[in-house]
Amino acid sequence: MYAFTYHKPTSARQAATLLAKKEDAKLLAGGHTLLPTMKQRLAAPSALVDLGACADLKGIAVKGRNVVIGAMTTHAEVAASPEVQAAIPALAYLAGHIGDPHVRHRGTIGGSVANNDPAADYPAALLALGATVVTNKRKLSAEEFFTGLYETALDEGEIVTRVSFPVVSRAGYAKFRNPASRYAMVGVFVAKRGGEVRVAVTGAGEGGVFRWPEAEAALKARFAVKSLDGLKHTADGINGDIHADPEYRAHLIGVMAKQAVAQATGK
Amino acid sequence: MTTVSLTVNGRAVTAAIDPRTLLVQFLRENLRLTGTHVGCDTSQCGACVVHLDGKAVKSCTTLAVAVDGSSVTTIEGLASGDALHPMQEAFREHHGLQCGFCTPGMIMSAVDMVNRRGHHLDEKTIREDLDGNICRCTGYHNIVKAIAAGAEAMGRAGAPLRQAAE
Ligand SMILES: Cc1cc2nc3c(=O)[nH]c(=O)nc-3n(C[C@H](O)[C@H](O)[C@H](O)COP(=O)(O)OP(=O)(O)OC[C@H]3O[C@@H](n4cnc5c(N)ncnc54)[C@H](O)[C@@H]3O)c2cc1C
Ligand code: FES
Ligand code: FES
Repeated sequence: MYAFTYHKPTSARQAATLLAKKEDAKLLAGGHTLLPTMKQRLAAPSALVDLGACADLKGIAVKGRNVVIGAMTTHAEVAASPEVQAAIPALAYLAGHIGDPHVRHRGTIGGSVANNDPAADYPAALLALGATVVTNKRKLSAEEFFTGLYETALDEGEIVTRVSFPVVSRAGYAKFRNPASRYAMVGVFVAKRGGEVRVAVTGAGEGGVFRWPEAEAALKARFAVKSLDGLKHTADGINGDIHADPEYRAHLIGVMAKQAVAQATGK
Repeated sequence: MTTVSLTVNGRAVTAAIDPRTLLVQFLRENLRLTGTHVGCDTSQCGACVVHLDGKAVKSCTTLAVAVDGSSVTTIEGLASGDALHPMQEAFREHHGLQCGFCTPGMIMSAVDMVNRRGHHLDEKTIREDLDGNICRCTGYHNIVKAIAAGAEAMGRAGAPLRQAAE
């Protein structure tokens, strides 16, 4: 790791000020992506602005028909939250299946969405549930926020403060885990909100998380596992690597979509 | 240099460190608590697991400065004097180790599992919760048995769910 100066502000506003003042500064959340990258010297920020003491970035609240989760809330806190379990059980389930227990004690939702790893779990939930990412400057829909592989709409110095998830009538998540890393080889999140159905796929797309319109149309007609019978995702635009080629991943999308609907419908 | 103050195994410690210092480095090199191991140094293997304010974390992926003011328990903090902690005793009894390199992390993770899930742990739960701990020797069977037995023993011993140091 290269040397850096360390700063620990106590509010998001102070963090933004520090970030603007220090050249080449980076935010530190749970550190479970950033620190391994710095150890490998793939990142070398000159200053770290630790969000760990920003109380205004923590916590889970139900506001009207939305579940609002602060950026510094850990995966373990989301998984164990009675509010999330009651309002969107599939979201608690997803958080409880990120990495391993130790990773879940440190990793945060803000760090995960800001990083937008193409195999991360949260991006699928945000896209399928129609979540809003709130920053210190503006509000962005999940579609606007996730722009590509490890790319987001965040500007230089912009901080994710919270994520707001609308409560839906049914939702489910299924992932085929990479057995070594636990990241999604393919993960599918389905959500039904009134008459609208969304199916979001992570781990598979060459450009990161994406929606599967054919499956959405089929599930809109009837929200049941059977509606997906015979539906196949194309292997075009799907990732291939040593773990799985594009054809296999495309096949897994169909299988995971069915499992997600089964979870959502309790079947 | 930055100053960091921690409570480690119940003892208050303060030191001036380079901000780059990882928690595991601080424990091993500054405090000479070498029970906490570094297996992979890439956040995968769990040999470095310690309890941070009562929760299992990978100390190779945590900056010491970032946890200033916290309470840390390492494998050295489990036994009371010569009496092993019930989970340590269970690993010995059930032959839950061979070379022993992964064992401190396994035991700290096992105690965390009991803290989160209680004293009755089934095999499936234990295996799932060991996702973040790798052992090159045992094939895991005896580790799983040891954790199930250790969890029950912690219940019988009335061992506090959280260590006193935390
Ligand atoms: C062994 C292991 C297994 C894992 N398995 C999975 C898995 O199965 N699924 C999965 O989804 N993830 C997995 N992860 C990743 C984990 O969830 C990370 O915690 C997460 O991706 C990053 O969150 P963090 O809080 O650690 O962020 P950090 O590492 O601290 O930060 C990540 C990046 O986001 C930036 N950032 C952080 N917070 C903010 C903010 N509020 N606003 C703007 N930018 C910010 C940082 O500057 C940095 O560039 C795994 C990690 C490890 C080490
Ligand atoms: S040394 Fe920390 S996880 Fe392997
Ligand atoms: S006993 Fe040797 S690595 Fe587990």
